[in-house]
Amino acid sequence: MMPDPSNLLILALVLPVMGLLLTLVVGGRYAGHIALLLMLVGLTVAAAMVVSVVRADDALIYPLGGWTPPLGVALRADGLSAIFILTTAVVVGATGIFARAEFGALPGQPETRTSLTFWALLLTLWGALNLVFLSNDLFSLFVALELLTFSAIPLVCLSGRAETLAAGLRYLLFALFGSVLYLLGAVLLYGAYGTLDIGLLAERVRPESITWAVAALMTVGLMAKTAVFPLHFWLPPAHAGAPAAASAVLSALVIKASLFLIVRLWFDVMPALMTPAAAQILAALGAAAILLGSVLALRQARLKLLIAYSTVAQIGYLFLIFPLIVRPESVAFAAADLSTELAATVVSTSAWSGGVLQAVSHAFAKAAMFMAAGLIAQSLGHDRIADLSSIGRALPITVLAFALAGMSLMGLPPSGGFAAKWLLLSATIETGQWWWALVILGGGLLTGGYLFRVLAPALFGSRESVAVRAPVARYREVVVLALALCSVLLGFVRLGTFDLVQIGRMAKAGMGLP
Amino acid sequence: MIGATTLFGLSSVVLIGLGLFGLIVDPRPLRKILAFNLLGSGVFLLFGVIARRGAGAGLNSDPVPQALVITGLVVAFAATALAIALLLRLFQETGQATLDTESSSSDAPVPSADS
Repeated sequence: MMPDPSNLLILALVLPVMGLLLTLVVGGRYAGHIALLLMLVGLTVAAAMVVSVVRADDALIYPLGGWTPPLGVALRADGLSAIFILTTAVVVGATGIFARAEFGALPGQPETRTSLTFWALLLTLWGALNLVFLSNDLFSLFVALELLTFSAIPLVCLSGRAETLAAGLRYLLFALFGSVLYLLGAVLLYGAYGTLDIGLLAERVRPESITWAVAALMTVGLMAKTAVFPLHFWLPPAHAGAPAAASAVLSALVIKASLFLIVRLWFDVMPALMTPAAAQILAALGAAAILLGSVLALRQARLKLLIAYSTVAQIGYLFLIFPLIVRPESVAFAAADLSTELAATVVSTSAWSGGVLQAVSHAFAKAAMFMAAGLIAQSLGHDRIADLSSIGRALPITVLAFALAGMSLMGLPPSGGFAAKWLLLSATIETGQWWWALVILGGGLLTGGYLFRVLAPALFGSRESVAVRAPVARYREVVVLALALCSVLLGFVRLGTFDLVQIGRMAKAGMGLP
Repeated sequence: MIGATTLFGLSSVVLIGLGLFGLIVDPRPLRKILAFNLLGSGVFLLFGVIARRGAGAGLNSDPVPQALVITGLVVAFAATALAIALLLRLFQETGQATLDTESSSSDAPVPSADS
């Protein structure tokens, strides 16, 4: 009864596109229903993909049209892709349910253009994300990234107000800068090695000047799209005016896609280039992002902007994995009884798991926080942090969800964020890079600081209850709580993710390196 | 004696440099969009150069970069259209086609020149 599991790869791409076409044909009235139905199917497909990858203990490969890579283009799902596909399916599905109240067609009322646009864009975004995670070819990845950008930007300025249009335009300019640098890198790679297939490139790439130039161009380009520290200016304004559902997918998923690509690039396409010096530079940018983003988050007056700057900070953690996977040569290993090679593998595996866990738990937590902020803004009519006093009384479930998600961001046990930061911390100690441990701990402290600014008045504010303008539907609060719980519960599954991340990795980084 | 390939390669480098300069330095969004197109043209020209250089295998030219260029052109065209549409809408809403610098704009009310 089990058909070839590699068909799941094509199904993950076809479903959203099919939904998009159907939506355009039948119109906005049924768009929400179609999208939600397909998201349910998509979740099943994603879960099946994870199971198949685990069962096969290898990457799933689908050569498009039966043409294999030197000539054709293949889709490929390794453990890393499968994890991200599943995360995407869960977050997009939750966003869909959450957004029904805002963009669903009410019975007896005419359909609105906004609702059709929203569902069409959400489906496109989902398809583009799946394409990013499954593509195994640098040019398909370029197209996927562009598709992602073009669906994310209209979502940001869905309301059509002037400030959201300006934010969308700024985002687009950053993204175009990024994509053209990426494309330039891709064409130089093709010129040097005659292929764009990731597997073939990994065999052919040598550490020479052209490859360094390509690595610099592509990394800077993708960093602009990820909103990493020096190129993060577009992200907070983009979040400020976007609908809560759009903010959730933007922060949780869209920026992760280009980050995923940076990781792919350094560890799969150009493993030979991943020298300790390069790793330290990348991590230094991450550290700067953690500290600066957290400090800026502390200073925000609006809840949504606070969460947006927190995203800038949390993305920084993911850049700390580079030096932990690639150890400097003069490392004294704590585990003296193990052979150095084996110890290095263990450390690099825990850095990998920590990084992936951080990405996934941040995705759940941040989606939950943006949705919670959206509900708070809807019920109060504003999201000024100073006036959130005792909102916990009016919206207990929402504030609980916000607190749980915040727990994961701070890295309190037993949350997913704790497990991630614990793995990263132990990797820093074991590789003797204590300075990154300081950054991780300092970042956690600052995170606690800015969340305390919100939670303390929300939970223990003045006695008089706040004026609630509009009630929020209970099921929306439950969706937010479910996402926050996912983020917390991830702390318990970390042993399982150890192996999954490593399945189908082309170059086991940290092992083959001197 | 410079061959045609080298000449085109150098031209693409000049285009890329000019485009990058404009995209980074010029504050006006319309100029930025034009600079992006200049930059894109440079990259596409480089595709052509590489297609020609890859002809060492005995073929007249390598068809793969040419196929990629077509897709790249379409994507760049769509990007430009989207950017122009956003800019036009921004102009209709606020009466000016500028982006105020930095993120300070997010809290402050947008000054409307018209009305």
